[in-house]
Amino acid sequence: MNRFVIPLLVFVVLVGFLFVGLRLHPREVPSPLIDKPAPAFQLSQLQAPEKSFGLADMKGKVWLLNVWASWCVSCRDEHPFLMELAKEGTVPIVGLNYKDQQQDAVQWLARFGNPYQQSVVDADGRTGINFGVYGVPETFLIDRDGVIRYKQIGPLTREAWQQTLLPLVKKLSA
Amino acid sequence: MIRRALLALLIALSGAVAVAREAPPAAEDPALEARLHALSTELRCLVCQNETLAESRAPLANDLRREIRDMMRAGKSDREITQFLVSRYGDFVLYRPPVKSTTVALWVGPFVLLGLGVAGWFVVLRRRARRIAVQPLTAEDRGLAQALLGSDTARKTP
Repeated sequence: MNRFVIPLLVFVVLVGFLFVGLRLHPREVPSPLIDKPAPAFQLSQLQAPEKSFGLADMKGKVWLLNVWASWCVSCRDEHPFLMELAKEGTVPIVGLNYKDQQQDAVQWLARFGNPYQQSVVDADGRTGINFGVYGVPETFLIDRDGVIRYKQIGPLTREAWQQTLLPLVKKLSA
Repeated sequence: MIRRALLALLIALSGAVAVAREAPPAAEDPALEARLHALSTELRCLVCQNETLAESRAPLANDLRREIRDMMRAGKSDREITQFLVSRYGDFVLYRPPVKSTTVALWVGPFVLLGLGVAGWFVVLRRRARRIAVQPLTAEDRGLAQALLGSDTARKTP
């Protein structure tokens, strides 16, 4: 009897581990920047390169920083939802145009629509590194004091917005 | 004659190619590159998660190597550089994460499993030893053995 019970128990435990493993998302590395002040940046604007825009310009607002690029395929998937979000106007969205060509980025926005209040250019990816960006798109929720409250890795979806981000936005805006 | 000239040209060109290929590393600071390599083999690339920063060809890995190079040139210590990366990407970038409450299972787990395995092994061995305990020979067995072994063994035994 024992001969069968022990291997069976080992098997059940193993299956348990594998089952939990299936539901993990190893690609989503938790950011150490949550609840920390967002790294300061002052970058040139995508649409008007002679002007600059920085973190300080968003002080006092609850806003989204969306890291995007015209070469990023998932950004295309995410884009329609960002357009809807911009239309709803709950929070301003600032784009961080990550390691892109200026012309490509401007064309991309002209073709698919511009959900951003402002896009800033991070051509060499340094600001991206400061934000711990490792895969585009990524979206940061930043509060009135410039503290990062949430990070969405991968495309922002209606579901993620409703379930996680919107309640947080409401709490932070209250 | 022409053939010989062509051959000479070819040899000269192949030499030029070989030189061109080896030139870039020599142009940079070899000591710094060695230090960069040593440090980046300890760091994980976030894009291809099972590769080190030294091996990875991902664009982000390139950028991070550039950052590390710049920091090294600026005289930052390895510890400061790792701290820079950990503060942005978390302990996940370290192939040797520090011992913390969240990483205890990672560090101690294998030894616990090893201990369990050794304990199980001892239990099995002990049970087996008990099962094959020495059984004294009965008179009947002894007689049988003597018959098999022959008379000279029988004479010697008291």
